[in-house]
Amino acid sequence: MAVLTSIEEMTYREAIRIALAEEMRRDPRVVLLGEDIGAAGGVFKTTEGLIEEFGEQRVMDMPIAESGFVGAALGMAVTGMRPVVEIMFSDFLGVCFDQIANSIAKYRYLSAGEVSVPLVIRTIGGGGVSFGPQHSQTGESWLLPFPGLKIVAASNPADAYAMLKAAIRDENPVLFIEHKALYGMKGPVHRSEEVPSLGTASVIREGHDVTIVASLLMVRAALEAAEILAADGISMEVIDIRSLRPMDVETIVTSVKKTGRLITVEEQPILGGWGSHVISEVVGACFDDLDAPPQRIGLPDAPVPFSPVLERAAIPNSETIANSVRALLAR
Amino acid sequence: MGPMEGECCKPSEMLDQEALLGLYRTMLLIREFEDEVYRLFLQGVIAGTIHLARGQEAISAGIMAALRPDDYVTITYRGHGHCIARGVSLDKMFGELMGRGTGVCKGKGGSMHIKDFRKGVIGCFAIVGAGLPFGVGAGLSAKLRGSGQVSVVFFGDGAANIGEFHEALNIAAVYRVPVVFVCENNLYGEYTRINRTTPFEDIARRADAYAMPGVIVDGNNVLDVYDAAVEAVGRARSGGGPTLLECKTYRHYGHSRADPAKYRPEEEVRAWMERDPLKRLLSYLIGKGFLDERGAERILEEVRTAVKEASARALQAPWPDISEIEKDVYA
Repeated sequence: MAVLTSIEEMTYREAIRIALAEEMRRDPRVVLLGEDIGAAGGVFKTTEGLIEEFGEQRVMDMPIAESGFVGAALGMAVTGMRPVVEIMFSDFLGVCFDQIANSIAKYRYLSAGEVSVPLVIRTIGGGGVSFGPQHSQTGESWLLPFPGLKIVAASNPADAYAMLKAAIRDENPVLFIEHKALYGMKGPVHRSEEVPSLGTASVIREGHDVTIVASLLMVRAALEAAEILAADGISMEVIDIRSLRPMDVETIVTSVKKTGRLITVEEQPILGGWGSHVISEVVGACFDDLDAPPQRIGLPDAPVPFSPVLERAAIPNSETIANSVRALLAR
Repeated sequence: MGPMEGECCKPSEMLDQEALLGLYRTMLLIREFEDEVYRLFLQGVIAGTIHLARGQEAISAGIMAALRPDDYVTITYRGHGHCIARGVSLDKMFGELMGRGTGVCKGKGGSMHIKDFRKGVIGCFAIVGAGLPFGVGAGLSAKLRGSGQVSVVFFGDGAANIGEFHEALNIAAVYRVPVVFVCENNLYGEYTRINRTTPFEDIARRADAYAMPGVIVDGNNVLDVYDAAVEAVGRARSGGGPTLLECKTYRHYGHSRADPAKYRPEEEVRAWMERDPLKRLLSYLIGKGFLDERGAERILEEVRTAVKEASARALQAPWPDISEIEKDVYA
């Protein structure tokens, strides 16, 4: 059968919506659960038009009760459905933490491998839009310690489309993290019925002086920093980590062996972030190739503040990254 | 509405001798199993902890008798009795309790996670309340697929105070999910009596808040349980939505293996021991002429032998291979 493919320019938001619609057309077992996803089309408009096409049975508005509907999604996933849940803000992962950490992640293990859990939890994280301390966290590391889960984070429209489709087809529970400041981002999307496998990092820009590993909005900041530094003759390699669980350490190690320098950039506090893990893996794998101590960039050790002035200063940007690279190269 | 006075018939009145003896055998099997588990635990053959259902056998037996083989059952850490009433293999149950590779979860779950997908016992939760949303999801899935299956969720009075109880009942009511919520009210949430934690003793009163029928039955009378179950399951299966069915009962032992339950008043314990569900069914059967002393002895002997043999076989079963630790985490 011929595989239809085309390359289209679209926003990150459209990429999400199109991926959902395509998978729902392809597989009647795919159903959506979440708050305001029906007639309202989602708070971030990623489910616009879906209730019109697929009906109330497959686009189910849920009460504001994350434990309730995330737990229900598990019950659906193990009885023949493929639910995709939306958690409106990543901050609310805390509300249903038990269901994800104790029930969803461990279900297959406790079925002795007999039952799989095809369940996607889409969640929208990140700052930059002045939503204050309880609506601006990425939550990308909160669920890292739980075997059984996959955790991915999309930084551009192409990945949002392909990785969401892959997540929906995956037989494992996948936490799919989107960034609210990226919804308007445009980019080319390769529409295809063939989906990549999850679990790989992506080298977005090649370079030879320093490796930057970033996620979500920080990938964009890193790419901007690379442009700034290129003018100074500094060559940055930018890796989008994309998959936090499993983590593609190999791609990162290969890069650091080439550049000899590493900086991780994440939009969350450094303590408890994934950057420390990346660095410990790299140091273990290629200590002798390092020309300087690896560095971590993250949020200050404080909640994400509301005031646009404070928030802008708190979230790492291209300047923060460029300055760190310069400092590292000057050592 | 129940049948009119003198009118035929309650569902339990339609049960023939064989069916009634079947209920008795199931309840006796649960009791003998639990007593054997307790012995094995005291001997150190079973590690960790155990939560015994001795005294609550009528609920498992009565509810399961009203179900179809393909209906879904969600249980808790006090779940041995439900599994037995659903026909889960005693060998596999003992194997799991003893941590052997032959256990239902290959020894990865233990007493608090015994379930068997093939017998429709699809979820067993050791986090209080976590199973309620799951069971709603299984029912929602059945509804979307039009399979006619009903989902039954068992939980204790302690779970009625956690958020997920309320979230699950609410979602079930809004979506008219074919689910029966079975609250086994044994008057103690762990070590604390219900009057210390809950403003009233009748959990079924909470059904009204979620616009569903709330029914209270004597959980130590298997025929009452069965009658109530037939009605609630029938309502769910015919599209009438959820029911909260409260079964009043009592634990013969404490909360878990470490608990001698000295906090319970002697008169209360004595009164409930007199309401022993097995004794009551036995005298009913004798009164009906369905069983005599010798027949009862014979059933006890059969059941005891089955339990002892299964326990002995499990004791000879191999330990899980160490390589199993990291298996069954991902599909």
